Amino acid sequence: MPTNITLQVLRYLPEDGGEPAFQDYEVPLRADWVVLDALNHIKDHIDGTLSYRWSCRMGVCGSCGMMINGTPVLTCAAFLESFAPGPIRVEPLAHFPVVRDLVVEATDFVNKIKDVKPWIVRETEKPLSEGEFRQTPEELADFKQYTMCINCMLCYSACPVYGLEPGFTGPAALALAQRYNLDNRDQGNQERMDLLSNDEGIWSCTMVGECSEACPKGVDPAGAIQRYKLAGAADWWKSLITRKGK
Amino acid sequence: MAYTLHHPKWHRDSKPIFWWVMNWASIAFILRELTSVAVAYFAVLLILVYRALQLGPEAWAALVSMLANPTMIAFHVFALCTLLYHSITWFNLSPKAIVIRLGRWRIPDLLIAGGNYAAWIFISAVIAWAYVAS
Amino acid sequence: MNKSNDPFWWTLFGAGGALSAMLVPILLFLIGVATPLGWVDAPSYAAVSGLVLHPIVRIAAFSLISLSFFHWAHRFRFTLYDGLQLKHLFRLIAVICYGGALAGSIAAAYVIW
Repeated sequence: MPTNITLQVLRYLPEDGGEPAFQDYEVPLRADWVVLDALNHIKDHIDGTLSYRWSCRMGVCGSCGMMINGTPVLTCAAFLESFAPGPIRVEPLAHFPVVRDLVVEATDFVNKIKDVKPWIVRETEKPLSEGEFRQTPEELADFKQYTMCINCMLCYSACPVYGLEPGFTGPAALALAQRYNLDNRDQGNQERMDLLSNDEGIWSCTMVGECSEACPKGVDPAGAIQRYKLAGAADWWKSLITRKGK
Repeated sequence: MAYTLHHPKWHRDSKPIFWWVMNWASIAFILRELTSVAVAYFAVLLILVYRALQLGPEAWAALVSMLANPTMIAFHVFALCTLLYHSITWFNLSPKAIVIRLGRWRIPDLLIAGGNYAAWIFISAVIAWAYVAS
Repeated sequence: MNKSNDPFWWTLFGAGGALSAMLVPILLFLIGVATPLGWVDAPSYAAVSGLVLHPIVRIAAFSLISLSFFHWAHRFRFTLYDGLQLKHLFRLIAVICYGGALAGSIAAAYVIW
C-alpha cells in the first residue's frame, strides 16, 4: 500500500489572468481520509492559496461538491483509497462558472430554486380555528423522497441538458417543485404547472437519468420529472378540451 | 432566468460537441436515443409489406426474396438487437413515470416494470402464434 | 410564460414508444429473421393477405406505423439537440422530424387503404 497519493487540482486564479491549469499535490494516503481531508491537508500544510467550499464534512450541507475524475461527487464522501493508486483529478463542479479554483458561482441554481415557488401555496387559507392539516403516512411517503435534497448541485453537473442549455430549470428545482405538488397541504399545482410546463422547464429533459445517479441523497429527480411530464401532458390535453369548451 | 449571468473574471467551459463519447453512461444514453431510428425503419418496412401485398403475389415474392438476402438478415439481426435495447430500457423506465396508488398501497416499481414485461411476452406470444398458425 | 406544444409531441412519443416496444421486436423477428432463415414456414400470399389486410389489423398497423414515426420524430429531434448541439436549428429540425413523420403516416395510409 503506497503511503501517498497525488491530487491533480484544477487551479484558476482570476487575478493572475490566464487560463485554468492543473497543479499536482502529494498527500498522505490514509485509510480514513476522504478527498475533502486531502484538500484541507493541502490548504493547511502545502498551499494556502487553494480555495474551495466545505462545511459539515458529513454529507448533509451540500457545500463540497466537486468533479472527481470527471464525476460530480461530494468530496466529504469520496474516500482516497477508492481512487488508489491515483492520481485523482479534482475540478470544480461542471456547468457552473468558476469564480476561483474549485469555487463555482451558484446564483443561477439559487434563482431556479426560488422560481418554482418552493413553499405551501394555498388557494384558500385554512383558518386556525379549523385545526391542523392532516397527513397520513402514505401521503407523506408520496413526496418525502423529494424533501431529501441538500441543494448540492451535483445533479446539475451531471445533467448534460443543463450543460448545453443554461436556461433549463434543472433536476433539483423540478424535484423541489414536485415535493410541493405532491404534498397534500399544497394547492399550487396549477401555478407551478403554468410556470414549468414549457421549453425551459420539464420539456427540455430527455431522461438521461444521470441526475439520479449523481444524487447522494437518493432524491431521484429523474423520476420526479418523468411523473411531472405525465401530469404536464394530461394538463395540456385537459386545457385543450376546456379551452374548446369555452 | 431569461439571460445567462456573466462576470468578466468568471471562467466558463463550453461543452464539446462530442461530450457524450467521454464516458459509458453518455454513450449508452445516446445509443438508447438512437434506437428510435430502428423504430422508424421498422415502420418503413411495414409500409413496404403492405405495399407488396396490395400490389399482388409477384411483388410479395420479390419482397420475400429481398428479406431472405443474407445481408438483409444480418441487418435485421442488428436492428432487432437495437429494438430489444429500446424495449428493455423503455420498460425499465416505466415505473418512473407510472405511479399508481391503490388506497394506501403504492404499486412497487418492480411490479410496474414486471407488468410491462409480462404484457410484452404475452402479446409477443399471441402475435407469434397468429403468424405461425396462418 | 409561453405555453409549449411539446406535451402534444411527447404524448405521441410516449404512445409510439410503448406500442413499438411491445410489438416491433417480435414482428421484426418473425418477418426479418425467423422466416428468411426458415425457422418458421413462410406463410402463403393468401394467408398473409388474409391476416394483414383484415380491417382491424389494418387500423392497428397504421397506428403502429404512424406512432412509430412520431416516436422517432420527437426523440430524434432531441438527440440532434443533445448529441450534435443543433438547437439553434430548432425550426428546421422540427419541420424535418415532425414533417417527416406526417409524410410517413400519409404514405402508410395510402398504402394500407
